[in-house]
Amino acid sequence: MEIKELVPADFKSDQMVRWCAGCGDHAILNSIQKALPRLGIKHEDFAFISGIGCSSRFPYYMNTYGFHGIHGRAAAIASGVKTANPELSVWVITGDGDSLAIGGNHFIHLIRRNVDLNLILFNNQIYGLTKGQYSPTSEHGTVTKTSPLGTVERPFKPGALAIGARGTFFARTIDVMTKLSTEIYVKAAQHKGTSIVEVLQNCVIFSDKVWADISDRKYRDDRVIVLENDQPMIYGKDRDKGLMLKDGGLLPVQIEKNGVTEDDLLVHDSHNPFAGLHVALANMEYPDFPVALGVIRDCQETASYETAVANQIKEAQSQAKSKSIKEIMLSGSTWEVK
Amino acid sequence: MSKQAKVIEIDEVAIRFSGDSGDGMQLTGTLFSDTSALFGNDVSTFPDYPAEIRAPQGTVGGVSGFQVHFGHTQVNTPGDYCDVLVAMNPAALKANFRWIKPDGIIIFDRDAFDEKNIKKAGYDKDPLKEEPTDGIQLIGAPISSMTRETLKDIGLDQKSILRSKNMFALGIVSWLYDRPLEHAIDFFQRKFAKKPVLIDANTQVLQAGYNYAGNIQALTVSFKVRPADIEPGIYRNINGNTAAAWGIIAAAEKAGLPVFLGSYPITPATGILEEMAARKDLGVVSFQAEDEIAGICTAIGGSFAGSLAATSTSGPGLALKSEAIGLAVITELPLVIVNVQRGGPSTGLPTKTEQSDLMQALYGRNGESPVVVIASSTPSNCFDYAFEASRIALERMTPVILLTDGFLANGTEPWKIPDMDDFPDINPPIAKEGSKDWLPYNRDEHTLAREWAKAGIPGLEHRVGGLEKMAGSGNVSYVPENHEYMVGIREEKVNRVEDMIPEQEIIGDPDADLLIIGWGGTYGHLVTAVSEIQREGYKVALAHFNYIKPLPKNTGEILGQFKKHLVCELNLGQFAHYLRMNYPKYNYLQYNKVQGLPFIVQELKDFILKNLEEK
Repeated sequence: MEIKELVPADFKSDQMVRWCAGCGDHAILNSIQKALPRLGIKHEDFAFISGIGCSSRFPYYMNTYGFHGIHGRAAAIASGVKTANPELSVWVITGDGDSLAIGGNHFIHLIRRNVDLNLILFNNQIYGLTKGQYSPTSEHGTVTKTSPLGTVERPFKPGALAIGARGTFFARTIDVMTKLSTEIYVKAAQHKGTSIVEVLQNCVIFSDKVWADISDRKYRDDRVIVLENDQPMIYGKDRDKGLMLKDGGLLPVQIEKNGVTEDDLLVHDSHNPFAGLHVALANMEYPDFPVALGVIRDCQETASYETAVANQIKEAQSQAKSKSIKEIMLSGSTWEVK
Repeated sequence: MSKQAKVIEIDEVAIRFSGDSGDGMQLTGTLFSDTSALFGNDVSTFPDYPAEIRAPQGTVGGVSGFQVHFGHTQVNTPGDYCDVLVAMNPAALKANFRWIKPDGIIIFDRDAFDEKNIKKAGYDKDPLKEEPTDGIQLIGAPISSMTRETLKDIGLDQKSILRSKNMFALGIVSWLYDRPLEHAIDFFQRKFAKKPVLIDANTQVLQAGYNYAGNIQALTVSFKVRPADIEPGIYRNINGNTAAAWGIIAAAEKAGLPVFLGSYPITPATGILEEMAARKDLGVVSFQAEDEIAGICTAIGGSFAGSLAATSTSGPGLALKSEAIGLAVITELPLVIVNVQRGGPSTGLPTKTEQSDLMQALYGRNGESPVVVIASSTPSNCFDYAFEASRIALERMTPVILLTDGFLANGTEPWKIPDMDDFPDINPPIAKEGSKDWLPYNRDEHTLAREWAKAGIPGLEHRVGGLEKMAGSGNVSYVPENHEYMVGIREEKVNRVEDMIPEQEIIGDPDADLLIIGWGGTYGHLVTAVSEIQREGYKVALAHFNYIKPLPKNTGEILGQFKKHLVCELNLGQFAHYLRMNYPKYNYLQYNKVQGLPFIVQELKDFILKNLEEK
C-alpha cells in the first residue's frame, strides 16, 4: 500500500499547547514533528507515551495515538504497547524527574531489555510541574525550594546511566538546536532497540539558563562537540579544536599546536560495541571538556526485546502440538468417566 | 509370609504427607492425588508449605505438608483432620500432630527419629510419648534405611539415594489404600527421561515401600475407597492458578484477541505467570516485569495496543498496583487483575491463605475509582471466573479484579474439561476504521462502555491519560461539572455490570431461618458444613457470592427471605461490612478466622449449630 506523504502539520493536534512562553519544550515538539514524516511510517502507527511532568503533556499536542500515563511509568506502559504490537513506532516522552527518580527502575530495565522504542529525556535539572524542587540531575549544591542550602546529592549522568544499563543507543542534543535534534530523532527511530535521547532543555521559570554555558549561541560552538560517525572529533567555531586519547583518557587539544595534527584526533565510531569510550564521551562536561552532542552510541549488538519475544512465540507455535486452549486442556494426564 | 490383609471399604480418606521442605512431600502428595483421581475418586488437595525454600533441616519451620482428601462421595474440601499422617521426621510430627484424627494412623520414618532430630524438633526424648498418641496406630517404618538397602547397588551416592525415600512412603500409603503404582512410574519415566538411573531408583523404592507395607504385620487391614459417582466426561486435575491462566486464554480465543500478561513473580500467584509463559504455543505474550508496577503498566500498554491484557499478583503486589489500576479506570481500558490473596498485612504469611484483600480490591485506590470485583470459589472454577473477568472487562471497558486465594491457587481437584461452546461469546466494543465523527469517550447508552480504538487503526488516533477527560472528546478537562459527571458515569458503568451476571443462588433450605453467607475460596468448607447440618435434621441455607461489585441484582431480595444472617469469612469481617453498607437493615452475625488457614468444617458446624439453637 502506498504510504501517504506526510508533513509536520499532520502531527499537530487541535489542542492548545500550554507550556510557558520560552520553554524549551516548544522547540522539541517542532523538531519531533519534523522528524516523523521522514521515517516512512504510517500516521496511525505512531504512539507517544508519557509519564508525569511538564514534558509529559507532549502526547496531547500530537495528533497520533497517545497515552499520558502516571509518574515514572511511561517506559513500562510503552514496553507493553510495543511488545503487544511491534508494528507501532513507540515514543516515550519523559523528564529527569519522571525517568531518573520515580521511574528509575523502569528506565534501566527498558534499556537492559532493549525494547525497540525511542525515549526522549527532557533534562532541565529541575522539577518544573511541582514548581521548582531539585531533581536527580541537579548539580551538587543547587539551591532550590527543597534544598535551600544547596543539594548534598550527586547527580545522575543520564548517558553513563543509560550505557551502563547496557544501552545500545544514546544521543544528546540541545532543545534550541532544532536541526541537529531532528536528525537525531530520525536516527533514534531508525535504531532497532531502545534509543535514549537526552535533550538539554531549558525551564524558563525554575532553572532558566541552567545549560546557558553551553547552549548560548555566543560561545556554543567552542563548548560543544557534535559527534559524527567516521569523522575526526573536531569542534570549535573555527574548527580548530579536537579530542585525543591520552593516558587512557580524553584530552581536548588545539589542532596545529604542539605538533598536533588532525591525524592524531579520535575518529568517532558510534557502532563500536565497546562502551568505554562512549561513556567517556557522554561524561564530558564543560569547562574541562566540550559537551558531546549527536549520536554517541548506536550499536546493534543484540536483538530488540519485542522481536525476540515474537520469534520465540513463532517458533513455539510452529512446533506446538496444541493449537487451542481446548487442546491444552485435553493434553497431559486426563481420564474419562463413563 | 504375612497373612492376607483384610480389606475394608470406606467412603473417604484424608492423608497428610509431611516432611522437610527438601523431602519432596509436595510431589509425593501430588502423585498420590493424581493416582486417586485417575482411579475415579473425587479429590481435593491442600499444600501447606513454608515461605522459606530450605529452612534449617529438621526444624518445625521447615516442614512442608500436603493433604489429599479423596472419596467415594463428593469431596469439597481437603478434609479437616487426616486419617493418615506421614511424618518423615520428628519436626513433621510436631508441626502436624494437631491434624491427626484420634483414631488415625501415623506412619513415620523411624530412622529419622534420632536424638539430634528429636531435639531439633523441640521434643525432649520420645516424641510418640510426648504427644497424646493413645488410640492412634503408630507405624514406625525404617524408611531411610530400607531406601538405602534397596538402592545399595544402583550406583548413586548416599545423598541422591536418600532423595528417593519419599517414594518409599508413597509405596506404603499406596498399598494401604489399594492404589496402583503405574501413574507414579509413568511420571518417573517422563520426568527422568534423560537420567534413566533415577527412573529405576524411584521405581524400585516405590515398589519396596509397597511390598514392605504388604509384608509387615502391623498393617493387618487395607482400605478400599470405591470410585465416586461422577458425571461422565473427560477429566483432569487442576489447581486454581492454572485454571485462572487458562480462563483468560479461553476468553481471548472467544473474543478473537491476543493475550498479554504483564506480571512480577509473587507467592502464591506465580503459577499464573509461569503457566502463561508456557503458553507461547498458543501465542500468549508474557512479560516478566521488573516490579509489580511495571507488571500492570505493561499490561495497560498491551490493552491500549489491543490485547486482552492481564496482570497477576498477591496482596502486597495489588497495593503497589493501585495507582495504575486507577489509570485503567480513568482511561477505561479493559484489564484483568488476578489477586491471589495471602495472609497480610505487609509480607504477612506469604504461603498461607486469607480473604483479607476484599476492601483493598474494592476501595484501595485514590479518588472515586470503581472496578468490578469478582471471586472464584473452587480451584477449577478459577477458570470460569477468569473467563468472566475477561468477558466483563472486554465488553464493559473496565478493569476487573478477580480474587482467588492461596488455598484455591495451590489446591487441586478433578475438573470436567468444559466444552468451550457452552461459554458465551465475547464481543468487545472495538471501534471500526472509518467510523464517522468517532470520539474516544462516546459511550454505548446501555452499557456505558466507550469504544476501544486499538493503537494502529487509521483515522482513530486519539489520546488517553490519567487527567480527567471531557465526556465525548476525551480532551483534558478541569470543568467541575464534567468531573462530577465522569465520576458518576464510571461508577454507573460498573454498576450496570449487574445486567450481565447471573442472579445469586441459595443452597439448602429456602425456608430456613438462618442464612449462611460466604464468598470466594471458602465455598467447599461452607457447603460441606451446611449439607452436614441439613443431614443432621436442621434447616439452614447458604448464599455463597462470586460477584461482589456489583452484587447480583437479587441480593436484597435473598437477604430479606431470612431472619438471621451469618457471614463467614477468613478476615475480620470485610464482606460483612460491605453488606452492612449496601443492605443496612439486617443484623449480620460474623464468624471470622484469620490464621492463614482454611476453615475447618467442624468449627463452622459448631458455630452454626449454636446459632440455630439460639432462638
